Amino acid sequence: MATKVTSAVMRQGLRVLGVAVRTEKAVFTLAVLASAVYGGMTVASAWALGWATQYVVQPAFAQGDVASGAMWTGTFLILGAALLKAFGVAGRRILAGVIQYRMQARSRRDVTKQYLRLPLSWHHQHPTGQLLSNASADAEAAWAPLAPLPMAVGVIVMLVTAAVAMLFTDLVLALVGFLIFPAIAVLNLIYQRKLSPLATRAQQLRAEVSEIAHESFDGALVVKTLGREELETDRFRRRAHELRDANIAVGRVRGLFDPLLEALPTIGVLAVLAVGAMRLSGGSIDSGDLVQVAYLFTLLAFPIRALGWVLAELPRSVVGWQRVQAVLDATGSMEYGRASAGSTTPAALEVSGVSYAYGEAEVLHDVTFDVPAGRTVALVGPTGSGKSTLVQLLVRLVDPDAGQVLLDGVDLRELAYGGIAESVALVPQQTFLFDDSVRGNIALGLDAADEDVWAALRLAQAEGFVARLADGLDTRVGERGASLSGGQRQRLALARAVVRRPRLLILDDATSSVDPQVEAKILYGLRDAAEASTVVVVAYRMATIALADEVVYLDHGRIVDRGTHDELLLRCAGYRNLVTAYEREEAERAAMELPVEEEGVSA
Amino acid sequence: MTAQGIQAQGIQTNAERSALATIKRGLALTPEFRKGLAGTLALAVVATAGKIIVPIAVQQTIDTGLKGGSPDIPYITRAVLVCAAAVVLTALAAYIMNVRLYKATESSLATLRVRGFRHVHDLSVLTQNSERRGALVSRVTNDIDQISNFMQWGGLMIIVAFGQLFVATVLMFVYSWQLTLLVWACFVPLIIALPRFQRLLSRAYTVVRERTGDMLAAVSESVVGAAVIRAYASERRTAERIDKAVNANRSAQVRAQTIVGFVFPLTEIVAALAIAGIVLLGVRLGLSGEITQGELVAFLFLVTLFVSPLQTATEVLNEAQNAVAGWRRILGVIDTPPDVADPGDDGVELPRGPISVSFDDVHFSYPGGTPVLREITLEIPPRSRVAVVGETGSGKTTFAKLLTRLMDPVSGRVTVDGHDLRDVRFSSLRERIVMVPQDGFLFDGTLEENIRYGKPSATTEEIGLAMTELGLADWLEGLPAALDTPVGQRGESLSAGERQLVALARAYLADPDLLLLDEATSAVDPATEVRIARALEGVTRGRTAISIAHRLSTAENADEVLVFDAGRLVQRGPHAELVTQEGVYADLHASWVSAAHS
Ligand SMILES: Nc1ncnc2c1ncn2[C@@H]1O[C@H](COP(=O)(O)OP(=O)(O)OP(=O)(O)O)[C@@H](O)[C@H]1O
Ligand SMILES: Nc1ncnc2c1ncn2[C@@H]1O[C@H](COP(=O)(O)OP(=O)(O)OP(=O)(O)O)[C@@H](O)[C@H]1O
Ligand SMILES: [Mg+2]
Ligand SMILES: [Mg+2]
Repeated sequence: MATKVTSAVMRQGLRVLGVAVRTEKAVFTLAVLASAVYGGMTVASAWALGWATQYVVQPAFAQGDVASGAMWTGTFLILGAALLKAFGVAGRRILAGVIQYRMQARSRRDVTKQYLRLPLSWHHQHPTGQLLSNASADAEAAWAPLAPLPMAVGVIVMLVTAAVAMLFTDLVLALVGFLIFPAIAVLNLIYQRKLSPLATRAQQLRAEVSEIAHESFDGALVVKTLGREELETDRFRRRAHELRDANIAVGRVRGLFDPLLEALPTIGVLAVLAVGAMRLSGGSIDSGDLVQVAYLFTLLAFPIRALGWVLAELPRSVVGWQRVQAVLDATGSMEYGRASAGSTTPAALEVSGVSYAYGEAEVLHDVTFDVPAGRTVALVGPTGSGKSTLVQLLVRLVDPDAGQVLLDGVDLRELAYGGIAESVALVPQQTFLFDDSVRGNIALGLDAADEDVWAALRLAQAEGFVARLADGLDTRVGERGASLSGGQRQRLALARAVVRRPRLLILDDATSSVDPQVEAKILYGLRDAAEASTVVVVAYRMATIALADEVVYLDHGRIVDRGTHDELLLRCAGYRNLVTAYEREEAERAAMELPVEEEGVSA
Repeated sequence: MTAQGIQAQGIQTNAERSALATIKRGLALTPEFRKGLAGTLALAVVATAGKIIVPIAVQQTIDTGLKGGSPDIPYITRAVLVCAAAVVLTALAAYIMNVRLYKATESSLATLRVRGFRHVHDLSVLTQNSERRGALVSRVTNDIDQISNFMQWGGLMIIVAFGQLFVATVLMFVYSWQLTLLVWACFVPLIIALPRFQRLLSRAYTVVRERTGDMLAAVSESVVGAAVIRAYASERRTAERIDKAVNANRSAQVRAQTIVGFVFPLTEIVAALAIAGIVLLGVRLGLSGEITQGELVAFLFLVTLFVSPLQTATEVLNEAQNAVAGWRRILGVIDTPPDVADPGDDGVELPRGPISVSFDDVHFSYPGGTPVLREITLEIPPRSRVAVVGETGSGKTTFAKLLTRLMDPVSGRVTVDGHDLRDVRFSSLRERIVMVPQDGFLFDGTLEENIRYGKPSATTEEIGLAMTELGLADWLEGLPAALDTPVGQRGESLSAGERQLVALARAYLADPDLLLLDEATSAVDPATEVRIARALEGVTRGRTAISIAHRLSTAENADEVLVFDAGRLVQRGPHAELVTQEGVYADLHASWVSAAHS
């Protein structure tokens, strides 16, 4: 079973490498050439040394004299081989790096393109931490074996050259080599099989540890306010210790096989010496040959392990690649049509028979209503009734499971990419600011003049505080707008929407963190400025609702009633109950306070 | 990075700390690593001794075995067998050393990781916010993984390399001091040049790390800002930003790799020079009988022992750079003193019971910023119900953070039950005073798990009871899986209002003596809000309750209203009194009334 899995890993790993090789054919070829030069020259340097021993050292000790010609030839051979080898090494490393980093960058670009392309519903199903590590750690791991790959190819060249060289030197010595090299190969294979599942597990645990840290730091404020630091640390510690044990397990295997892989060539040299001595006595080889072969084994001891490195990286690579591939293979992207929504008049919106479910649970059932051009409609409903979900459908963050949303009579799905954003602006319930300047956050890629930005800020009642910021429009707001108060963040989000002069403006409870005074100013400002737009507003406050021409009352994902505020007050109990809650509360209190006082008096 | 002001209290960079000092400090923090290190090093010596077996064997074979023309086969066989035994022995030593080293480093890194994680939570919110979340996470993940990578490979190499250079030199001296000098003369310039290359590399890798940080930030934007990016069709702009960051990162990596690529093979050339020199000089020495042929050949083998350590030195420096940077960053966290520190066991334990609070001339400004709170002096008697109101940005949340000691005042004192907040033990403080922050963060899990977070020992019945007490039982019934409903990451599978309900239930279950709500029901519908307010009123009777809200219904029912304006406490008193006075509150209330009533 385990063997099966790992040979599958092996095959997959090689396939991953194949992908890289095909994508970067030219560079890879050059890298392999450089590596082949390196491999060939490694063998050549052993041969040069053997030559020098045979024709320089040996005669010197035997005859007490050297021909200076031989001496210089020897020096030339040794240095020449080294120079070429150095050239090969440099080429191999640099080019391998180029391939590796290019592939990494390519994966990262593809993965993030996919993040941007996939629908929001897909994002909802995947933890942030995981998506981040797909684009960073996994893309890195997937292509990690590319660094030693050309070297490994070079080593194979080296081994073949070495085998040939030995065959030419002496058949018997070559036989020793042919026993040792396959033994190294087999050992490498066993090594990889043992390591593979362990390394995979360690890689997975790394991702899990990272996910815990992400979530925990994200919720740092909650952890602090409830004093749950120890609980969080325990949670993290458990996983960190699992990772530690997994790493140690990897270490055990490495710790065993690395010395073994190193010992084998050494044993080879010793065998060469023993066998070589006998051959020498028989006169079939000379001492130069012996030194050459022994030296070759010494030189091979180190690079041969590059094969092991590639193999050792494979399982990690396969896991990384699979995780990257899962993102790239994800389907369900949004298709766009060709229709244009371009016009400057207020948009008309029509929602007809729309249903939507998160997985199994349907939260919107057959919702139908329309907003005539230039009108303002308030969307009211209790907590969790589906208002935000509906609003997401209106800007096509998600597509309905059934029914249609029509903008000026055109199904949103038929509009060209970017068409909706041109006409419709949403201020979501949950404010999101980028770690960017105030200007960047409002323009968001739009080519807006500073005056327009200021005008939008004025409308959102944010002009004052932005002007007071240290760098004005250029002030950075911190991650998620951390350096601003809740209401300030909300007003920037509002400005972001109005600066676009949308034909349809959608506000999802967009003034909840703003005090009533400011809210009133914003609403009046909007009403005056919004002549050119249709407005859908999710709200609870009476003042907001009062601005609307019509109210749509939503409960449990269904439209219960629609009409003017006064009409609904009269005929819709749910609505009445909701919007008059404060008034009734006040009245009840007033009623209760009297008896309490009487009690006090009588006591 | 983030706003200017915050940087002042950022996490230490440790940039000025030398590599050696960094590692020293790192080792000081991890006893697991130091324990048994001597034994491991002794094994390392044995293991590296294995490296000189081959040159010795070659020398013995040539000088003794082959002397006199015909080889002495029995002698050679014996020598080879002895050497083979030595090889096995040293391999065994290497194995044991490896395992010991892996165990020691992984254990110590795990300790460091957990410590770093814990310390991040101990840092004040301001310090936490001074860094991107992703960067903070990488301090306890990627950075440690870098060290681990290095230890699993590079650390070993360094030990082996030094040992190898050492034993090789010793053996060389035994054979011939002249040739030894020659070899060192060839390699010394390289060894001297190495630190120079290392600095070059170090700079290149610093750039790589910066680019990597930028890239991660750009990528994370595409994930966390998914909804906004879609709503505003800024996919192209985001993609361009990401591509730019990814490509800049790649160029930096290739540049660094190119430097390594040029430095790495230098050793080969130097080694070849040494070998050629050995042949030339060795032959001369041989002629004058100062060296045997076997010794000369052994020298050629010994030079290879110089090559791999020096070659890997550049390689290892590569990884060492990353590892040291990793050490710096994790130590940076651990060495950043929490500016809002827990007095620990020396601190005061607050007795259970109603809590009183007082602010005594409190001033506060965010680091580098203008004053946000000024001259705040107030008293909140036990059992009182206080509402805090004021325009957006007037300092209400800041006030709440000071009261719960998420931050300390710049000057002045905050006291609870007469004790300076700074003297109160955190365990006691967090148990007695709980705040529900403006945005209700939930952990990825079920509703039940999230509510239980307020009181880990709570049973399911207790949780159910709490929900009933809060008037949320009906809502809970309506959910498809009731308490087992998954909330999604950050609670995003719930509606905004539902999320706030859970956050509230969580704090309520914690059963604090002072409950502070910072717009905790801002997204909840009015009917539910009123219901909760009622329920809370009932169950928090006898406790102190402070709520910050823009919906002034809260203020109307409070014992006392605190009115903030531009960082000052401008009015205080019961609602009935304040509405009749001219001032901020009357204005706020007027607009609230017109907003809330038909
Ligand atoms: N991503 C999601 N996955 C699964 N269920 C979800 C998701 N988002 C919302 N829901 C569920 O769908 C229902 C409607 O949620 P929605 O956010 O539309 O409500 P809402 O009317 O906007 O409420 P609120 O007034 O609290 O903002 C809720 O019951 C909620 O639990
Ligand atoms: N982390 C921070 N760094 C720098 N300035 C900050 C930070 N947090 C808040 N501020 C500033 O301090 C002032 C007061 O903010 P605070 O959050 O206390 O206001 P608030 O009264 O709670 O407002 P809101 O009603 O909008 O929540 C604001 O001007 C805000 O910009
Ligand atoms: Mg909502
Ligand atoms: Mg606030």
